[in-house]
Amino acid sequence: MKSTPVTCGYLPLVDSAPLIIAKELRFAAEVGLDLTLAQQPSWSALRDRLAFGNLDFAHMLSPMPVAMSLGLGAATAKIDALMVLSLNGTVIGISDDLAQAMKSHGWTNAFGAPKSIASAVLAAAQKPLRIGVPFPFSMHKLLVAYWLSTDPAFCAETVQIITVPPPQMAGAVADNRIDMFCVGEPWGSVAVQQSGAHLILSSSAIWQSAPEKVLGARRDWVAKNRETTDRMIRATYLAAQWLEQPQNIPLAIDILASSAHLDLPDHAIEPALTGQFAPNFISFHNGAANFPWESQAQWIANQLTQRPQNQHVFRSDIYREAIMPLGANLPKVSHKPEGAMTHPTAIAGTKGPLILGPDTFFDGAIFDFRGEILPKN
Amino acid sequence: MSKSLNILVVEPDASKAQEISQALQAHGWSDVTVIASNAQLAPILTQLDPDLILIDLANPDRDTLEHLSLTSEAKTRPVAMFVDHTDHIMTKAAIDAGVSAYVVGGLHKDRVKPVLETAIARFQVIQKMQAELTAAKRALTDRKTIERAKGLLMRARGISEDEAYTLLRKTAMGQGRKVADIAEALVTAADLLK
Repeated sequence: MKSTPVTCGYLPLVDSAPLIIAKELRFAAEVGLDLTLAQQPSWSALRDRLAFGNLDFAHMLSPMPVAMSLGLGAATAKIDALMVLSLNGTVIGISDDLAQAMKSHGWTNAFGAPKSIASAVLAAAQKPLRIGVPFPFSMHKLLVAYWLSTDPAFCAETVQIITVPPPQMAGAVADNRIDMFCVGEPWGSVAVQQSGAHLILSSSAIWQSAPEKVLGARRDWVAKNRETTDRMIRATYLAAQWLEQPQNIPLAIDILASSAHLDLPDHAIEPALTGQFAPNFISFHNGAANFPWESQAQWIANQLTQRPQNQHVFRSDIYREAIMPLGANLPKVSHKPEGAMTHPTAIAGTKGPLILGPDTFFDGAIFDFRGEILPKN
Repeated sequence: MSKSLNILVVEPDASKAQEISQALQAHGWSDVTVIASNAQLAPILTQLDPDLILIDLANPDRDTLEHLSLTSEAKTRPVAMFVDHTDHIMTKAAIDAGVSAYVVGGLHKDRVKPVLETAIARFQVIQKMQAELTAAKRALTDRKTIERAKGLLMRARGISEDEAYTLLRKTAMGQGRKVADIAEALVTAADLLK
């Protein structure tokens, strides 16, 4: 079989792992794709190159295709999210100055208690609280804004969101340009080492099943290259499945550190993959993590615009058709109430019960966009 | 003739910044300011009040600029040229050349076009020169590594220079790799065994 050349853009972050594994362990080659991974210097550059056809696929922040489809920001091409590449995997940290101020307000340095941390942060912050995120259309920004806005002391003027490229996050803390940040690993740990920052939360503590990165492609390109698209989804799915097996983690760390795709040493990759920060710190596959739930896109769209939106960006229809030949168990529905599963829950799958979740928000909120409730245990 | 457009170039590489600035000035835009980084871009925008910002497509600071286009006041709001889909050919040329442009304060497109054309042409020249330089450097390093690998083989196996090279080439062909890669592996291994 002659293989089809495809180019996928990515940013050198730990959560690009499924794409690197798809290439290095030849999951892509086995489905007949000659996959080139093209490292991008910024999310803007990645988006522009995808929008104008220099890239076929891209590792994207999950709000990016939703924002583009809603006409927010530059280069508003129609981009589809074909599958979810990872859930969570980002950390929230604060500067040492803010930590000291919080301690003087009685904060006890506990990691992972979202409600009390939000109150302590808002009580101690020199106003406005300057928060660094990697891109305006990112789960980093949406989760931090959602988390802080639930506190009674919050008002819109309390926070100022600043975009800082991840490798510059530690420097921005050191230069006192930001008080808080949300960033993907290893850049949170780097900020701790280089600028005395303190990690206070993982993104999973805010929303347990937040879709962090998706595989994106141009809608018109997908329509013309459907077979190639399906093969790319299958290869990435198999790579994600491999990556989620605990016994494969040491080898995965070796591959990620030694390939030319990430400029990161293994000690920078390991904490993120071994779940050192929190249980389920990052998920690549289990619990139907790769399924592009339409309700996830709806949550993102609502958070971006603060009102309901008609959009069809998370393409569960394409994903289903692509994955079908693998014989995988898929959920029977493509939307769910987000936040309703407090523990792993069985729902109806195409091949029998399928275990999902938990997917709760820290404040117990449930976002039900369709008014249909899944059976609970 | 001086054309009254206030142009801001964001470029950390001083020599590249100078090239771009000179090219623009040679075409009549005298009002060009260069900064190395846009870490403090919001106050700089207010202070300089540029009409147009030119920045390398690959510059990570672009994400910060992108954010300002969502948050700033209309007067200082930088809007990416790519929003305008009407000129697909020029946009593609800009992306290929690696330059991105942000228009501030609703400047008319006809006034931006010649600036961007000049910038694209200059970026293409710089890109070509850099590619040539990288290739030349790479060729020089490869040649040095191959010389060292040949030396190692000649000493270790008591063979001639030609035989050493033939051996390297045969191994490279057998493994589907470049001669320079085989030579590098050998040199690295030899260094480790010292």
